[in-house]
Amino acid sequence: MSDIQAETDLFFVRQKVVEPMPPPTRSSGLIGWARANLFGSVFDTILSIVGITVALLIIIPLVKWALIDATWVGDNREACAANTAGACWAFIHANIGQFIYGRYPDPERWRVNLFFLLLVAGIVPMAIPSAPFKQLNLLYIFIIFPVVSGLLLVGGFAGLPEVDTEVWGGLFLTLVVSYVGMALSLPFGILLALGRRSEMPGVRAVCVAVIEVARGVPLITVLFMASVMLPLFLPEGVNFDKLLRALIGVSLFASAYMAEVIRGGLQAVPKGQYEGAKAMGLNYWQMTRLIILPQAIRIVIPGIVNTFIGLFKDTSLVYIISIFELLSTIRNSLADPVWATSTTPGTGLAFAAAVFWIFCFGMSQYSQYTERRLNTGHKR
Amino acid sequence: MKIKFLPIVAGAVLALATAISAASAGTLDDVKAKGFVQCGVNTGLPGFGNPDSTGKYTGFDVDYCRAVSAAIFGDPDKVKYTPLDATERFTALQSGEIDLLVRNTTWTESRDVSLGFAFTGVNFYDGEGFLVRKSENVAHVKDLDGASICVQGGTDTVTGLADYFKQNNIKYNPVVIDKLPDVIAAYDSGRCDAFTTDSSALYATRLQLKNPDDHIVLPEIISQEPLGPVVRANDPVWFNVVKWSGMALLDAEYLGVTQANVDSMQESTEPMVQRLLGVGNNDFGKSMGLSPKWAYNIIKGIGNYGEVFERNVGMGSPLKISRGLNAQWTKGGLQYGIPVM
Amino acid sequence: MSVADAGRTSSPGVNWLYKPAVRQFVIQAALVVAILGLIAWLVHNTAVNLADRHIASGFGFLNQRSSFDIVTFLPLTAEDSYGRAILAGLVDTIIVSVLAIIIATIVGVLVGIARLSSNWLIRALSTVYVETLRNIPPLLVILFWYLAVIAALPSPRDAITLGSAISLSNRGFYMPKPIFGAPFVWTVGAFAISLVVAYFVKRWASARQMRTGTPFHSFWAGLAIVVALTLIAFVATGAPLSFEVPVKTRFNVNGGLTLSPEFTSLLLALALYTASFIAEIVRAGILAVSHGQTEAARALGLRHGTTLRLVILPQALRVIVPPLTSEYLNIIKNSSLAVAVGYADLVAVGQSVLNPTGQAIEVVAIWMTFYLGLSILTSVGMNIFNRRIALTER
Repeated sequence: MSDIQAETDLFFVRQKVVEPMPPPTRSSGLIGWARANLFGSVFDTILSIVGITVALLIIIPLVKWALIDATWVGDNREACAANTAGACWAFIHANIGQFIYGRYPDPERWRVNLFFLLLVAGIVPMAIPSAPFKQLNLLYIFIIFPVVSGLLLVGGFAGLPEVDTEVWGGLFLTLVVSYVGMALSLPFGILLALGRRSEMPGVRAVCVAVIEVARGVPLITVLFMASVMLPLFLPEGVNFDKLLRALIGVSLFASAYMAEVIRGGLQAVPKGQYEGAKAMGLNYWQMTRLIILPQAIRIVIPGIVNTFIGLFKDTSLVYIISIFELLSTIRNSLADPVWATSTTPGTGLAFAAAVFWIFCFGMSQYSQYTERRLNTGHKR
Repeated sequence: MKIKFLPIVAGAVLALATAISAASAGTLDDVKAKGFVQCGVNTGLPGFGNPDSTGKYTGFDVDYCRAVSAAIFGDPDKVKYTPLDATERFTALQSGEIDLLVRNTTWTESRDVSLGFAFTGVNFYDGEGFLVRKSENVAHVKDLDGASICVQGGTDTVTGLADYFKQNNIKYNPVVIDKLPDVIAAYDSGRCDAFTTDSSALYATRLQLKNPDDHIVLPEIISQEPLGPVVRANDPVWFNVVKWSGMALLDAEYLGVTQANVDSMQESTEPMVQRLLGVGNNDFGKSMGLSPKWAYNIIKGIGNYGEVFERNVGMGSPLKISRGLNAQWTKGGLQYGIPVM
Repeated sequence: MSVADAGRTSSPGVNWLYKPAVRQFVIQAALVVAILGLIAWLVHNTAVNLADRHIASGFGFLNQRSSFDIVTFLPLTAEDSYGRAILAGLVDTIIVSVLAIIIATIVGVLVGIARLSSNWLIRALSTVYVETLRNIPPLLVILFWYLAVIAALPSPRDAITLGSAISLSNRGFYMPKPIFGAPFVWTVGAFAISLVVAYFVKRWASARQMRTGTPFHSFWAGLAIVVALTLIAFVATGAPLSFEVPVKTRFNVNGGLTLSPEFTSLLLALALYTASFIAEIVRAGILAVSHGQTEAARALGLRHGTTLRLVILPQALRVIVPPLTSEYLNIIKNSSLAVAVGYADLVAVGQSVLNPTGQAIEVVAIWMTFYLGLSILTSVGMNIFNRRIALTER
């Protein structure tokens, strides 16, 4: 023992673990990050330099135009005409009421505000997965809210003056068109998708025809048909509101796209679920309602939201039939001599782009969130 | 079974459809029943048909809608407006969506014949003109050789333009855009050297440009553009109501009846005035399905032709269009009212 | 009759109404009758309305003189018929769609790969591009190019020029237009033949590499063959090619080859907007290829670019092509937004025809037929392509 002790005395035995050396400065911190992510190779370095140049070429003029050189206050074109190098935000500020409400009469605008409030009250709890009362919420979204807000916005009873759909416009109308499109396309899309997967050749043929025709032609032609030809198809004297006709066109179009999304979900439900439901003695509608649809729709929520995004963007096309949603309201006000300068069109379009972008980006983020949430359940 | 079933159902549906279409009455009765005139107007042409920020429409064409309303209801404001652009306007009228179209629409043979329309008269004698930049130093249309010319699609100015340049053997590059605000924006942004449309609309357009003073309207008029109200040709009763609402405006100016003096003119001893205003036992409204005071109501509501012209497009308005061809025939113009007798 | 069937058909208590076959028949018959009835009703109404209002109908108007001037790729004058005008519109739609599809595919694939780049900056830039373009309406993108970019270019007088032949202004992009003499067909023929030759060289080279492992630079060889053969034919036939140079006139630049602002803004907008969707499809497709494939390729010593080209993309293509097809269809449909800037596509020309003739039903029928036809053609083509690249499993 002591022998060994004597021998080992010659050696130093370290009692503690050595602290790891800091990594070389070139691979850590900002420099390391830059080396790994920006200057990994010669090719990478070239790419980065090109990238930085492009980014600066875009960002600097954009910031200058939108912020530094912009005109923020003013009552008419005089303020902006002198300064054409920057955006004319005063124009947006002066017309914001028109951009939101269209030509909805001033004293009645509280009705539109109430509509916005009711809309948020329906959508927000629906979008939060853990919020309670989902069935009630669905009832509200698909039946109560549309009826109540329809009555509220049109008016003509109980002291509410009637407001023609003729004067509806702006962001408010964009939301109305897209909401109706969304709320109608879901049930009709489900019906069409079920029909397309039906065992009955007659039903299948009809649904395939409707879906493929609606998906094969541009929305503009569908809207044009709804606007100018629908009245010719109906008996003389039967006429209905132009906005309503546009809504029918938009909903029909969106339903066809929705049907294809839902069909994807129906196909993804394992066959065993169908067989199991039938073995339990459920009839077709019970099986569909209780077993298949809840699973199918859950799977395709991201696809549904993406269809909604497409629909929201497509509302900008109703301008073809002279219905003034957000984009066309803005474009019309560009021609207003009070504000016409060479920088006004850019400003108006930038504002429209920002509004559309906020809504669509919000929806797409929600879609990605749902996708991640759904994925966790299937993780292997 | 399918084969038996089909004709029966189809037959029933057809019978129902025929029943419904047979049940609809004439336009005048429809209008009286619903309580307003549905009038198709321009989506926005200052001076002719233009909504203000509250959605209230004003203009020369709009006043014709109001005249019809005054003739029927005694109140010029029982009108609902449908803003229409050039492409939509005819289908809207054909389909019955509107009762009446007053949207600076040119009277042409094909519109009368193959579109199934009837023009009730000419409320504005117009012609196609050109708007150019002063800086281009263009004095005449013929100087526009090789120029880019902006024109609104779906209008007969496209045809007028093609005809004139072909006839004069001049080359040009047409830029055809569908919506009026878009065409004006394209011209204003420098896409085109000239902008062409009815000359009346040119004056309105000029006001919408960034710097109106940089632009001039060329002196030439290259086509005939008689503008007027349009109705469907299949309803002579309604046609007469609209036609005579316009005539009453012209007759009133000819006879010196104005919005201000219409009440005192009722005491006039002149038989022409008495017939127009339905004084005494004169009742020309009855045969049209209107009240005896139909013309009185129009003039009381909106004034005579001259007043309507001056208020909306004349020298008193921002457009500053002179009467020219639209003066009364007694003053060298073409406007000639058909007498009420 | 099997035991299971016996129970079904002979149960005496079941009303015949509950037999699935009968019920299916009744449901289908009812649906078909209802739809036919609806169609009959609409047709009847329309016929009554048209007759009642003395509206002309039928396709006779297609032969009438159009009497409007529209700038299209097919030469068109006021003397031509409405039918030819519509045909010119269709050609314009096809031209802008095909070009937009090509550009969108190239940009989309590049951006999609860039989205997965190891370079942070490139990744960030491509993400910003995709997220911006995807979330605004295509109409706005078109207007942005038309009203904010091209309109901001200088007037023809102060045009940006490159030499005297090429100029860029707010009237468009002008360049010399090649004029081909009659003997030019020989050059084209030589070009076609050289392509075939190059293809066989490529096949031979691949086969030899498979057999012996000796590589052969078939790309460069092929390029040399194509260039040499074509050039020889071109020179031998006396260089039958001249250029029409655009000439500056008082107002405009005339002659030469022009890319009009309307065409350019529509093309760029369609291509760049759709590219953002294609980028996402390509990215998802690449991510769907198992990482083991990349690792195996790297282990074999393939370079990064070669791995991407020969291993990743061919496998990703199977996931990419079906959604890519629907993006192509979207380009065709979105090309109808041309009407907003006055590019004379099918819809815009249709509207011009609609006004003087007033025949809305016929014009809309023409639109729908042509768009459906284009969509079906594209789908069929892409489906054939898809079948060729589909995974052939043992």
